[in-house]
Amino acid sequence: MALSIVHRATGIALYAGTLLLVWWLVAAASGHNAYATVQAFTGSIIGRLIVFGYTWALMHHMLSGIRHFVWDLGYGFKANEREALTWGALIGGIVLTVLIWIIAYAIGGVR
Amino acid sequence: MVEFALPKNSKITGGKTWPKPAGATETREFRVYRWNPDDGKNPSVDTYYVDTHDCGPMVLDGLIWIKNNIDPSLTFRRSCREGVCGSCAMNIDGQNTLACTRSMHDVKDGAVKINPLPHQPVVKDLVPDLTNFYAQYASIEPWLKTTSPTPQKEWKQSHEDREKLDGLYECILCACCSTSCPSYWWNSDRYLGPAALLQANRWVKDSRDEATGERLDNLEDPFRLYRCHTIMNCAKACPKGLNPAEAIAELKLKMVERQI
Repeated sequence: MALSIVHRATGIALYAGTLLLVWWLVAAASGHNAYATVQAFTGSIIGRLIVFGYTWALMHHMLSGIRHFVWDLGYGFKANEREALTWGALIGGIVLTVLIWIIAYAIGGVR
Repeated sequence: MVEFALPKNSKITGGKTWPKPAGATETREFRVYRWNPDDGKNPSVDTYYVDTHDCGPMVLDGLIWIKNNIDPSLTFRRSCREGVCGSCAMNIDGQNTLACTRSMHDVKDGAVKINPLPHQPVVKDLVPDLTNFYAQYASIEPWLKTTSPTPQKEWKQSHEDREKLDGLYECILCACCSTSCPSYWWNSDRYLGPAALLQANRWVKDSRDEATGERLDNLEDPFRLYRCHTIMNCAKACPKGLNPAEAIAELKLKMVERQI
């Protein structure tokens, strides 16, 4: 049940995260100054935390969604398979998030 | 409707601690939900001490011991005492299960906490009102429906077709699964719940039944079937080790398959 709740919570968080993404895109389209404002926000500690959280929500929701997809196809219902899918989504989401950030910092460098 | 808190008249307040049995060398603490429809009070949790040397190993043995030796007013359903009838389904240490097949030694850490099945109206103490649950079972028409002429002898079924009912026919309708499901807690007026849906699948899969289409039509509804969000509490709760979640997924698959 816990992971079902997390799936919904991350789904709701994605709405907020998508608004953030829209803000970034609109700013990029409207010019240098607007874009700099967004960059300043997402570059701050709080901004980075929020974007980090958004990355995790996206990764977790995606893997958890795949888990539900497997169930909808009629597989993975045995107790051990259920546990494996659930833990896989939870751990996989965290691992993917950390990986993405390591790669992002490796490419972009620490600013 | 989603509800996160108990209604005012269901809030648990206080409770009586009954004295330890005299002369008992080893006791086990039981904390049992009590509610009497006649005294107008809110529910409470009473504490009892069961003499484990004078009592069988199961939680139901403990409850019967309390009823016989301490408090005859304690009310609960029980019948077969071996996991066949489904009468003694209750919430033990946070999990819906049968009191007769759950050993009190498997309940860890101190007291054995016992509550009625969650989110059902209470008749008294540990007895839930399952009227709605049974009505939902009746609504899936749990009997063989045929249009072909009735054979001279029995309706025959191959061994292979009979095996398809394994994992479905064993259901004892104890309501542990349905009352563990948040979707059922909040939509039990319209959502059939895992137990009734597992039974629906049992009749859909029966090779002798000739009303499959009609049965699926009955479930083609945003609530009756599709309030299942694969939360999996049902499969975790089932004291018979069945898998209502899988049965529901099979029904959903059949809904799609028949449209292709």
